[in-house]
Amino acid sequence: MFSLEKLVSIIQAWLQSTLRDPWAYVVVCVMVGVAAIALFAILGLMLVYMERKVAAHMQIRLGPNRVGPMGLFQTTADTLKLVMKEGLTPDGADKFLFNLAPFMVMIAAMLILAPIAFAKNFQIWDISIGVLYVAAVSSVAVIGILMAGWSSNNKYSLLGAMRSAAQIVSYELSAGLSILAIVILSGSLKISDIINSQADGWWIIKGHIPVIIAFIVFIIAVTAETNRAPFDLAEAESELTAGFHTEYSGMKFALFFLAEYINIFIGCAIGATIFLGGWMPFHIGNWEAFNHVMDFIPSSLWFIGKTVFLIFLIMWFRWTFPRLRVDQLLNLEWKYLLPISMVNLLVVTLMAIMGWHL
Amino acid sequence: MLEELGTNDQGDMIINVGPQHPSTHGVLHLVITLHGETVKKVEPHLGYIHRSIEKMSESLSYRQFSYVTSRMDYLSSHINNHACALAVEKGLQLEIPGRAQYIRVILDELTRIASHQLWWGALAMDLGAFTPFFYSFREREMINEVMEETCGARLTMNYIVPGGVMFDLHPDFQKKVKIFLAEFKSKIHEYNELVTGNIIFQNRTKGVGYISKENAISYGMTGPSGRGSGFKCDVRKLHPYELYDQLKFEEITEEGGDAFARYMVRIREMEQSMNIIEQLIDNIPEGDFQAKTKAVLKLPKGDFYSRVETARGELGVYIVSEGGTTPYRIKYRSPGFSNLSALNDLAVGGKLGDLMATMGTLDLVIPDIDR
Amino acid sequence: MFLKEYFKTVYQTISSLLTGMRLTGYYFTHTKEIITQQYPETKPVLADRFRGEVIMPHNETNEHRCTGCTACELACPNGTIKIVTKNEINAEGKKKKAIDTFVYRLELCTMCNLCVQACPSDAIIMSNAFEHSVYDRRLLTKVLNKPGSKIMEGVE
Ligand code: SF4
Ligand code: SF4
Repeated sequence: MFSLEKLVSIIQAWLQSTLRDPWAYVVVCVMVGVAAIALFAILGLMLVYMERKVAAHMQIRLGPNRVGPMGLFQTTADTLKLVMKEGLTPDGADKFLFNLAPFMVMIAAMLILAPIAFAKNFQIWDISIGVLYVAAVSSVAVIGILMAGWSSNNKYSLLGAMRSAAQIVSYELSAGLSILAIVILSGSLKISDIINSQADGWWIIKGHIPVIIAFIVFIIAVTAETNRAPFDLAEAESELTAGFHTEYSGMKFALFFLAEYINIFIGCAIGATIFLGGWMPFHIGNWEAFNHVMDFIPSSLWFIGKTVFLIFLIMWFRWTFPRLRVDQLLNLEWKYLLPISMVNLLVVTLMAIMGWHL
Repeated sequence: MLEELGTNDQGDMIINVGPQHPSTHGVLHLVITLHGETVKKVEPHLGYIHRSIEKMSESLSYRQFSYVTSRMDYLSSHINNHACALAVEKGLQLEIPGRAQYIRVILDELTRIASHQLWWGALAMDLGAFTPFFYSFREREMINEVMEETCGARLTMNYIVPGGVMFDLHPDFQKKVKIFLAEFKSKIHEYNELVTGNIIFQNRTKGVGYISKENAISYGMTGPSGRGSGFKCDVRKLHPYELYDQLKFEEITEEGGDAFARYMVRIREMEQSMNIIEQLIDNIPEGDFQAKTKAVLKLPKGDFYSRVETARGELGVYIVSEGGTTPYRIKYRSPGFSNLSALNDLAVGGKLGDLMATMGTLDLVIPDIDR
Repeated sequence: MFLKEYFKTVYQTISSLLTGMRLTGYYFTHTKEIITQQYPETKPVLADRFRGEVIMPHNETNEHRCTGCTACELACPNGTIKIVTKNEINAEGKKKKAIDTFVYRLELCTMCNLCVQACPSDAIIMSNAFEHSVYDRRLLTKVLNKPGSKIMEGVE
């Protein structure tokens, strides 16, 4: 059976037997870096393709279907086009910040990749404060967006960046609180511990209604944090043309574009890990035969499947709803999501203390 | 000078929306004074798509000048042509055959539905939802096909000509229109599910872009935009032309005066238009589709005015004739221009996002404003 | 009381959003509802009346019906048609006006059909060709009467 865990251990054993110790580590680091970048590129291409197909089918269209079988290479062609385009820097722009911003956004997205468990024992860095790390790093992205908006010397960009800052900062709260609910239940910040605590059932099932509420709040918050419709105020095409990346072109624009999709992937991966059990297969109580069949599916597939499901959900939102207004956006957070998730957190704590969740 | 720097002395930001902007639906240029996100002033700058249609018409004959009006409010080109034809017929004192009247009214109402469908999609797009646009185009396409079969064009029709209509109806016309009506009735609930009932949409439009009835009248807002403020201004009721005095239909008004009221007027108007078509489609009389006219039309000396209700409001055509083959002067009273003039009143105090909702529900077609 | 209102709003919000999602979800899962055409492969079937371009039909013996009366030129609102006439000596030895070149500038034409209506001898009609794109603008200026063509017998 295919398993990423075995692959990793084989590679590691081989490296350690052929190279001396420090060099083995260096090679591993390089390999991880290359793998991460490759993953990004592939993810970006696949997700953009997926988005276009999902959008098309919801809009009774066919979507990309010309380049390659079923239009699979359409996004590759688009990327090539973007790479070849001239990267303009506007005249009045703050050149340094303007060019730095897309990389900031991209690096922030890349950093969050570290603690995500793609399969059983397949994780770049199982840091002991995994969840906290994710919450912390994900707010770095807003600096990149602010930089882009400010340095473009364009009023649309500035408005977009300001909106984005207000939005990300406030939705961070409810995202954090809903993650906390699970941290309380599983008793650990470490990603692998959280996943292991779901061996006998995912939190969304074990945790009853409070966790479902937390899950819904989390999904909304992730949608908002990634600046996706209906919360795409930072880009708000019909109001701000393209918001904070109005002035970007060519590869720098592509980086923003890519970062958006990477952020979606990461948000959904965290959601899948925390609420849907990460790579944990679906188990029902003591149906041995059923559980065995479920175990047979590779853990990486479980993880990818759950993540893609959540991504689909977010895309579904985007292609259904109109956009909120900026004050409504903040109302939603401060008047609805935040109080609900706070009360919810109390209930979850009570649940954890009383042990109702088992 | 300060305006050019982008801020004024109160520290407000001045931004240019347009002439190229996704939500102005054409080359409208708005200079907006923003305080944070709040709109303090909206100043439309016109002229980017001025083609001097009125001046041009002075050198065109009475058969020729109306084709240009298809390019004014291109979404109600039939109705524009109709207005021109009516004015010329008034001058010639021409009785047009019954069949032509029926055809004209049916096509007018089909145009109105098509226009409102497109507006619905475009409004949703302004508010950030892309999908409704495609659903509305699906039904609009059926109308376009009907038009294509009968009139030979899909947008710029030039089908209603002085004296009647250009061709007879296509044999499939009645059948296709009935299919469309049935189909659209079965689909209109989707419009409500996807947009009307959507809580985000309601919050975006309710209480936004309010204008009182008095103000609407004094700005000269007509059409669904005026009726959204309770102003009874339907030309089809007030000054019936063609068959409208014999038809049973309701003049839709809403009291709200906000964007949502204007939205509801249009949605309900589509149903009324279907109602009108249903009354007519089965009893189109046989006979000529065009009255006998001379090859070269000559209007007597005098001035002639006709008014019709387009999808956007009252369109007036004023022809001054010196007795020749070309008009001495033509003036169009286009609905979009007056509706746009109210924009500042509607948008001030709202957020930037509200401006898009307001503009969307005013249903501006820029070539209609600039002509 | 306040709480009741609060939860009612929450409930209404969620249900209205779910209604919308059900609709888009329906179309996502029902691919047979897709209405787009694959354009170059499946050509659209255009109505006979569709006005795509003015043409002058010729019969097998390369004859057309145009008398060169310039009624269409006068009817055209934007100078799309230019007719050059010549004098021809016919069989009986009489001089007769005939068409030399019928210049039609597609890029100016608005497909208003006025020329076709004006023509007394039905010499020009609208075809429903719609693929007019060319790489050279000059190709859009067309001569509608074919080289060597003559006027049909009996058309006055
Ligand atoms: S269709 Fe109209 S614009 Fe074209 S050549 Fe004929 S009269 Fe002129
Ligand atoms: S095409 Fe018709 S109207 Fe034009 S010159 Fe020939 S005969 Fe006359």
